[in-house]
Amino acid sequence: MPVIKDAVCSLCGSLCDDITVTVEDNKITKIENACILGHSKFVGMFEHDRIETPMIRKEGELVPVSYEEAIEAAANILVNSRRTLSYGWCSTSCEAISKAIQLAEETGSIIDSTANVCHGPSALAAQEKGAPSATLGEIKNRADVLIFWGCNPVHAHPRHMSRYSSFSKGFFTEKGRKGRKMVVIDVRKTDTAKLADTYVEIDQGSDLLLITALRSIVNGHADVVPETVAGVSKAEVMELAETLKNAKFVCVFFGMGVTQSRSKYKNGDGVSSLISDLNQHTKAVMIGMRGHYNVTGFGQVATWETGFPMAIDFARGYPYYNPGETGANDVLVREEADAAIIAAADAGAHFPQKAVRHLAKIPVIQIDPYANPTTEIADVIIPAAVVGIEAEGTAYRMDAISLRMKKLIDSKFKTDEEIAKDLIAKVRELKRGA
Amino acid sequence: MKLKANLISGRTADQGAHLEAKTHKGYFDACAYCELNSSDLEKLGVSEGDSLKVTTDFGEVVVFAKANEGNPDSLAFIPMGPWANAVLNPDTHGCGMPGFKGVPAEIEATEEKPLDMKALMKKYREE
Repeated sequence: MPVIKDAVCSLCGSLCDDITVTVEDNKITKIENACILGHSKFVGMFEHDRIETPMIRKEGELVPVSYEEAIEAAANILVNSRRTLSYGWCSTSCEAISKAIQLAEETGSIIDSTANVCHGPSALAAQEKGAPSATLGEIKNRADVLIFWGCNPVHAHPRHMSRYSSFSKGFFTEKGRKGRKMVVIDVRKTDTAKLADTYVEIDQGSDLLLITALRSIVNGHADVVPETVAGVSKAEVMELAETLKNAKFVCVFFGMGVTQSRSKYKNGDGVSSLISDLNQHTKAVMIGMRGHYNVTGFGQVATWETGFPMAIDFARGYPYYNPGETGANDVLVREEADAAIIAAADAGAHFPQKAVRHLAKIPVIQIDPYANPTTEIADVIIPAAVVGIEAEGTAYRMDAISLRMKKLIDSKFKTDEEIAKDLIAKVRELKRGA
Repeated sequence: MKLKANLISGRTADQGAHLEAKTHKGYFDACAYCELNSSDLEKLGVSEGDSLKVTTDFGEVVVFAKANEGNPDSLAFIPMGPWANAVLNPDTHGCGMPGFKGVPAEIEATEEKPLDMKALMKKYREE
């Protein structure tokens, strides 16, 4: 039986590339090195609710149709729409993302990624202030102070700490966890916080206050910091600032606690400024804990193809970008989109009710391997192969390192890339006919 | 008794393990709950597994009660997913990102049971 070594796990942004997979009769029967999330993805895929056939909703019910019928119905929706939202494209390959962007251009659509509900504000922060970063390899080999701010890798990126950060042993970090100081800043004592040397509990939504206080202290203005900041005593903030200044190499890993809480992108902007201040004293970098395994790849591909990382509007015939206006949720909440294509992501599960309510009203095309809440409100459904298992392709890790995902087993399903290509061809055909 | 709480959402390992199995009961179990610390649960007179109704300016949802001692008083956590999104803030404040954390909520005990994923989503189609 074939044993495939060093497969890349296509679940979270850690993109672990040391997975050993045993394949028997075109089924994955054993998996080594994966975490609970990866294990569920690789082995669980044979138990999950796969979309077995293309479907179209007729009189409220989803009815199986041929692939060609589904492509034609989807292309008709796209051609007849005046304001299509194309959303997702993050649990898929860069090759598919490139085709999705081409489809969006062809149909004058808005295309946005899952960053819209994840690290979109971090992209805005990077545009405002930059994002001094490093590879996870550098963190593993050099970082002696690690801050996890508003993120919970024990749950969201389970192997992050053993492979790249807290527990990993590297070139200048041969003592591993003992040689690193781990700080967690959060609003509740998470399972990650329980592993920290220092846990700083802040008032929810007050991240920017703490960032600003830290910056004041690092820049020599401790006198302006009040006795309590963000629910944290000044003494504690002073101690944290000292830890940062005296480190050899600081990395701030930050998550949704920073991007989704009050002040949103200004929090990331603040972190970036703090990193810049710290670099007057020592070496410091920041890395966003990216969720979908290739949401980073979407940002890369979109940036090199359109100049913008997300929320790109092709209605004018050229790429236009203004996230508070062209972001997926804004377009839906304003009830502006009159059709949507949702691929390799699940807006039905992960958008607030007002956006989902609008999606339920308009024609929705779904491209996904699995049935999920979006399926419940979709009108044309096209099943896809699972990229990273049934199809190869390129993905970008959270530190923007590209890795090549392997094809592990055969599939009867088309890849996202092929489906996007077929849609482009059909849309062109229909437009010529018109 | 209604508890005034600050509602946040986020990932959990169980939610993540069911990312591609959202039609399964495991996903329902992993996402259709609200965590409060046990003193808050006590104030509401509920035990783990009882139903809670969470109401915000944006909607209401029924979920199971779960204890988490890591939560400070009146901080409520619902894992990301359709149940949390029934009550979170759709406003992006002009930066693209909805309000997934820090939503004022009222929480009370209820006899109602949480809707499963399909029943919850069906409501959107019927509205």
